[in-house]
Amino acid sequence: MDPVLEVRDLRVEYRGDGRTVVGADNVSFEIGAGEIFGLAGESGCGKSTIANAVMRLLKPPAEITAGSIRFQGRDVLALDARELRAFRWREIAMVFQSAMNSLNPVLTIGEQIVDIFTTHEKMKKRAARERAGELLQLVGIDPARLKAYPHQLSGGMRQRVVIAMAVALRPRLLIMDEPTTALDVVVQQEIMAQIRDLQRELGFSILFITHDMSLMVELSDRMGVMYGGRIVELADAKDLFAEPLHPYSEALMNAFPPLTGPRQELTGLFDAPRTADSCGFHVRCPEDRSDCSTNIPDLREVAPGRWVARSLEGAPR
Amino acid sequence: MTAVDIAGKTPAATPPAAPTAQGPGRRRGLARQLLGSKKALSGLCLLAVFALLALLAPALAPGDPSLINSTGSQAPSGAHWLGTTTKGQDVLALTLWGARSSMFVGFTVGLAATGIAILVGLASAYFGRLVDDALTLFTNVFLLLPGLPLLVILAAFLPPGTSTVVLVLVITGWAGSARVLRAQARSIRGKDFVAAAVVTGERPLRIMFREILPNMASVVMTTLLGCVVFGITSQAALEFLGLGDSSVVSWGTNLYWASNDGALMTGTWWVFVPSGLCIALVAFALALVNYAVDEITNPRLRSVKRRPVKRRG
Amino acid sequence: MRLILRNLGFYLLAFWASITLNFLLPRFMPGDPVSRMFAQQAGGMQPEQIAQLRKLFGLDDRPLWEQYVSYVKSVFTGDLGISISRFPTPVTEVIGSQIGWTLLLGGTALVIAAVVGNLLGIVAAWRRGGVLDSAFPPLLIFVGSFPYFWLAMGALYLFGVTLGWFPLRHAYDAGLTPGVNAEFLANAGTHLVLPALTVVAVTVGSWMLGMRNTMIATAAEDYITMAEAKGLSPSRIMFRYAARNALLPSVTNFGMGLGFVVGGALLTEVVFAYPGIGFQLLAAVQGLDYPLMQGIFLTITAAVLLANFLVDIIYVRLDPRVRVR
Repeated sequence: MDPVLEVRDLRVEYRGDGRTVVGADNVSFEIGAGEIFGLAGESGCGKSTIANAVMRLLKPPAEITAGSIRFQGRDVLALDARELRAFRWREIAMVFQSAMNSLNPVLTIGEQIVDIFTTHEKMKKRAARERAGELLQLVGIDPARLKAYPHQLSGGMRQRVVIAMAVALRPRLLIMDEPTTALDVVVQQEIMAQIRDLQRELGFSILFITHDMSLMVELSDRMGVMYGGRIVELADAKDLFAEPLHPYSEALMNAFPPLTGPRQELTGLFDAPRTADSCGFHVRCPEDRSDCSTNIPDLREVAPGRWVARSLEGAPR
Repeated sequence: MTAVDIAGKTPAATPPAAPTAQGPGRRRGLARQLLGSKKALSGLCLLAVFALLALLAPALAPGDPSLINSTGSQAPSGAHWLGTTTKGQDVLALTLWGARSSMFVGFTVGLAATGIAILVGLASAYFGRLVDDALTLFTNVFLLLPGLPLLVILAAFLPPGTSTVVLVLVITGWAGSARVLRAQARSIRGKDFVAAAVVTGERPLRIMFREILPNMASVVMTTLLGCVVFGITSQAALEFLGLGDSSVVSWGTNLYWASNDGALMTGTWWVFVPSGLCIALVAFALALVNYAVDEITNPRLRSVKRRPVKRRG
Repeated sequence: MRLILRNLGFYLLAFWASITLNFLLPRFMPGDPVSRMFAQQAGGMQPEQIAQLRKLFGLDDRPLWEQYVSYVKSVFTGDLGISISRFPTPVTEVIGSQIGWTLLLGGTALVIAAVVGNLLGIVAAWRRGGVLDSAFPPLLIFVGSFPYFWLAMGALYLFGVTLGWFPLRHAYDAGLTPGVNAEFLANAGTHLVLPALTVVAVTVGSWMLGMRNTMIATAAEDYITMAEAKGLSPSRIMFRYAARNALLPSVTNFGMGLGFVVGGALLTEVVFAYPGIGFQLLAAVQGLDYPLMQGIFLTITAAVLLANFLVDIIYVRLDPRVRVR
């Protein structure tokens, strides 16, 4: 069966005056039907860049300079403007990080949901409003709030509205870019539960992006860890959590120390940035990994379904 | 940022130093960027040309330009490059000498209005609460009163003369800038380094002028340029209405006499075109520099160069 | 609601300030201006005129505060004094007869400039790097650098004197009686074209630039990205999402733009001898008709404040975040 999303060797560059910064380099991963795929990493590692790239929402100076994105076999990068507009939201939808910022402050949320239906399904306003009401009920909000403006809703409600908007057209893939980062922990749990319920009911795949490893492990089937614009480890969530093979994955995991158990010294994440010939880790890598090259190598499958960015033992890069 | 930095040159072995929030490095950057911008450069050159002409007027057109020395209403010719007025004065001389008064008043008003606006803005931002409320109220009232009618009334009642002109222009002109500067000063006041300065016991005056003000450099510049434009054009307007000092030679009074002596109706266009053109050019030059400063400080406004998108290989 | 009330308070305060200014200014004039005026008015002045002027300049022998109270009272009862140059017509009547023309000129120019400027600004921002975005702003800044009155003079010379396309002075041909008929309206229309166009030409640049810059800032907001992700059509995003938000600062600037239009209309009227209150103001200044001068100043101020108030109400309607339940 065709994977729902297939990203191969994707490269995104930010072109400035005279210098170019690579936001994502040689990124490849797949998401199957109904699968929840998590992408973890610290701020600036390129996860949001990938998310925006998949929906072709990158704005200049960002550009996709290499690689391919295929959605159920279709070449996303080859779609023209009209096809792209039809494709968006119907096939892939996105939940942005801050719901307050992603909602138009001068329109009611009802109007903003109705926009989706009138654009994609050419519905009449009245029918669209009814569907909008049903959508709100799906996420546990009273349909009377259709007349509310975004600033009149609480943070949790706003996020649920945005999620409801995302599933309006029953897309095959939902991209969630740090959907709970802006919320407090209690609301976070509600939202996560909501997402799980919806996923079970509607069966869409999710590309889940976060820096919170614990959250990700709870939800995801498979995970990828990103660092410096590259994927450094790719595996089943349970396997990765039990035994991270790349030093960065380990460091990321340990950034959330357990509440119980013996005291450990925090390794923290590193300040040394990645440059053209150093991945920034070689200084901190333990002795037995000193065979690693000084830059992030390509992913190698070390076990079925387990990929790590690691060079061959003893061989120079 | 952990992304790879690809420059066309050798990559740095040491990580780059974190940019400083303030300090001379940043200010030098603005000046250098300005000189690099085509808009700013052309604007500054134009201004320099006018300043030069104004300074050299006594040398280029010796004598008193308002003296009648020729027959009236002559078209531009070899003897009089820009022709003569209906009264028989040399238009070129009038224009050159006019630059002195106009530019002088313009820049004086600009500096004075900006100065007051800075004081009001900084005081408002630094002292906050009551002082801020009072000053804001004061500023808003001045902003609401319509400019030109206020100008006319003030000039009508006060004794005519250049100092009156400067005074009334400053009175009507400071409020708009004060509002902008206050907003900017307030946002800087909220930053941590100012709080740190307060906590370490720096004196208020020092904080206002050595901590907050330098970080507002670009906004202050924009305000100054705007005030100068205001000064020059409003002075011209006042004089055109006959409310300035009509014995002084300036671009505004040139236009006043042109209108009064019926230059329009008799078709002697060379009498009123030069002075107006000069005002426009100076205002335009200032606006260009302003535009350039805007673009530099807000990168989003920079002109977008359409580059062909290279697709994947 | 609270915002409107608070602003109303401001406007009343500003009006009070202008009344006080009117009161204080004549008293600052050095010497005895009334005698000067008497000497100037070759035809002699009526005793009533002199008495009124003495009152105006505070040269009658009443205590200051009494003069002030009586002045404020007279303003609020609509008594702005008697015009000197058009004795014995009361000031309010003189103003009333001419204010319509200024409203026509200013109103037309403001609406055209605002609408055209904003539309141009929206389109310019949407097609960044296009002709509208790169060529127009500098061009319009250049045109806007010209002093109002100079542009008016130029237009008068070019289109009126040289080409003869439009009439040169006044609001309608002398000899025509004003009335609501096609002939008069057409005539008044041709007289309106040049003055209105000059005001529009000078002001449209700032509208366009302001809207363009606001649109560019708005276009960077996340809800625009979300709208694009939703697959909405570009025109819907441009108008319903971007422009609708960018309009808010524009509406705020409308109030300030009014002040400029008033100034521009004033100067334009002088150049074209258009019989509005701007033209009247100048005539009053030249004729040393102080009561009329002050009356016009108060009227203009009141009109601007009123317009600002109306704009505030519109703003509250447009921005739901400001409406308090």
